[in-house]
Amino acid sequence: MADLAIAQELNPALVLGKPGYADVTRKVAGIVEGRMPRVWYIAIACTGTLTLALAAMLAYLVTTGIGVWGNNSPVGWAWDITNFVFWIGIGHAGTLISAILFLFRQRWRTSINRFAEAMTLFAVACAGIFPLFHTGRPWRAVYWLFPVPNPALHIWQNFRSPLIWDVFAVSTYATVSALFWYTGLVPDLATLRDRAKTRGRKIVLGLLSLGWRGSARHWRHYELAYLLLAGLSTPLVLSVHTIVSFDFAVSVIPGWHTTIFPPYFVAGAIFSGFAMVVTLMVIARQVFNLKQFVTMKHLENMNKVMLATGLIVGFAYATEFFIAWYSGNRYERFVFLNRAFGPYWWAYWTMVCCNVFIPQLFWLKRVRTSVPAMFVISILINVGMWFERFVIIVTSLSRDYLPSSWGYFRPTPVDMLTLAGSFGLFLTLFLLFVRFLPMISMTEVKGMIAADSAHSGDRP
Amino acid sequence: MSHLEDSILEQPGSSAAQELAAYGAVAEFDSPENLLEAIRSARERGYSRLDAFTPFPVHGIDEALGEKRSRLGWIVLIAGLAGAFAAFMLIWWTGAVDYPLVVAGKPLFAFEFSVPVIFELAVLFASFGAVIGMFLFNGLPRLYHPVFQHSRFERATDDRFLLAIEADSDCFDAGGAAEVLRALGGEHVEVIAE
Repeated sequence: MADLAIAQELNPALVLGKPGYADVTRKVAGIVEGRMPRVWYIAIACTGTLTLALAAMLAYLVTTGIGVWGNNSPVGWAWDITNFVFWIGIGHAGTLISAILFLFRQRWRTSINRFAEAMTLFAVACAGIFPLFHTGRPWRAVYWLFPVPNPALHIWQNFRSPLIWDVFAVSTYATVSALFWYTGLVPDLATLRDRAKTRGRKIVLGLLSLGWRGSARHWRHYELAYLLLAGLSTPLVLSVHTIVSFDFAVSVIPGWHTTIFPPYFVAGAIFSGFAMVVTLMVIARQVFNLKQFVTMKHLENMNKVMLATGLIVGFAYATEFFIAWYSGNRYERFVFLNRAFGPYWWAYWTMVCCNVFIPQLFWLKRVRTSVPAMFVISILINVGMWFERFVIIVTSLSRDYLPSSWGYFRPTPVDMLTLAGSFGLFLTLFLLFVRFLPMISMTEVKGMIAADSAHSGDRP
Repeated sequence: MSHLEDSILEQPGSSAAQELAAYGAVAEFDSPENLLEAIRSARERGYSRLDAFTPFPVHGIDEALGEKRSRLGWIVLIAGLAGAFAAFMLIWWTGAVDYPLVVAGKPLFAFEFSVPVIFELAVLFASFGAVIGMFLFNGLPRLYHPVFQHSRFERATDDRFLLAIEADSDCFDAGGAAEVLRALGGEHVEVIAE
């Protein structure tokens, strides 16, 4: 009880206005049971169109060849791998909020974890598209990516390659995130089932909630399963971006072959992921009037996480430069000077401005607690984080050891529409999520209200 | 609903067959504190098989019900070890036995390069163990359960707390159990058929 009392003092404003349990149900379930606001229809019309553009671009790529992208020799990995790393990174905030903050007993995760976990799933789905279509023949990729017996060649994967580690890391991450998310959803689906008015909803929600009845004997196993999943997801999420960074660090390309990559990539992933949660949450809480449950305290804490991880990322940029100079390796020195002052200087300085300078505004409480300011800054951070991956991948590849094989990468319209389309897919999935599933965990918010009232003595 | 409860309660000596077919007596409470209080009192009165239906996990309910800690951890451990072993076998058998392929003069199998995949598959299997194990321990999916017949069951996933004295309790008789639940402050007391 003592630790609860401390948490109470530190976090006075996680739920506003002392709602009762039924108020939580009415508010959260009411969103998916009622009609969507007009802005939802306008939004899904736009994002749906972009998703169709993605489908068209991918169809064009498959029927023509990956030459429709701007990838060339020497820049064999370009926007596709940039987008892959970008989207995987976005996903990390969801698992951080749902698993790591759960293990650390950070109660402010409670209203935002469902939302962030959904974001993780959709971001990983978008990420998966890029390497899959980069193979050019995605229907054959199953033999290259997974240990499926190959009837034509009888050959297996090379498990010494970080690329195959990456396949295992990302597919495990997607699967475990989906399991964790669904497990959390089951009690809330049962709530929706018991409120369902139509036969169709009763059947669908009845099947999805697996007959959950909130039995005390069940909660006992459920709570342990949730704790174990959090414990498993924590090293998993750290391993995923670590292994993504191995794709680069295990190679011998200057600017990639560095041991700082795993922590630097993980910090950057959390940085961009939180920025995306804030971007979307600011809109959702306004449109669906969730200010009671997603308070300024939540938003401010997320901004503080961005400030901290942004500083780690900035420190990593500085360390890379220092080590390039200190190592005495002329190729490393060249790569870093080339990043800042070579043909891609504009990308480098966009990255530094968005990721290092602008987040420093979050030191000011006035900025941290201003919704318009955090909305703009969170978008700029994601612009910066996209450019970070672009700078790492494209500058290193375009000018490596041999000046005779240097090149320059220019994206094609297909590259651009594919990236825009992936945003369309991500946002479409998100809009469907807020339409059909409770975006705040009713069970967990009620549990928090019960703990508060047990402490303070007044009944909800 | 009251006519049903009353009709059962008015005949305390109702037929033995009816009692055998009962799932138990179920009552509604309005707060976790009152539920816990009722569980403790009912257990003191000798009812051994109790269950509660709550919208969120109620702190301290396992101790009150006398439930032991879940053994799910063992399932997860075994599943995780199975995942690690499966990954090891996969990498070793495909790379060193079925199709030995020398890449850059490196050994056909080594522990070092196997670590990432072994770790990932251990986590994958352990997570499936946690989720599938939890649902199997809980006997789910099970789309029907007698407690769903309670007229106010939908409140148990919303804002109310149901307590069931199950028929296989020691010293259970439907009328007596319903009377006890009422005495403990339960509302909407109903005897539910199996």
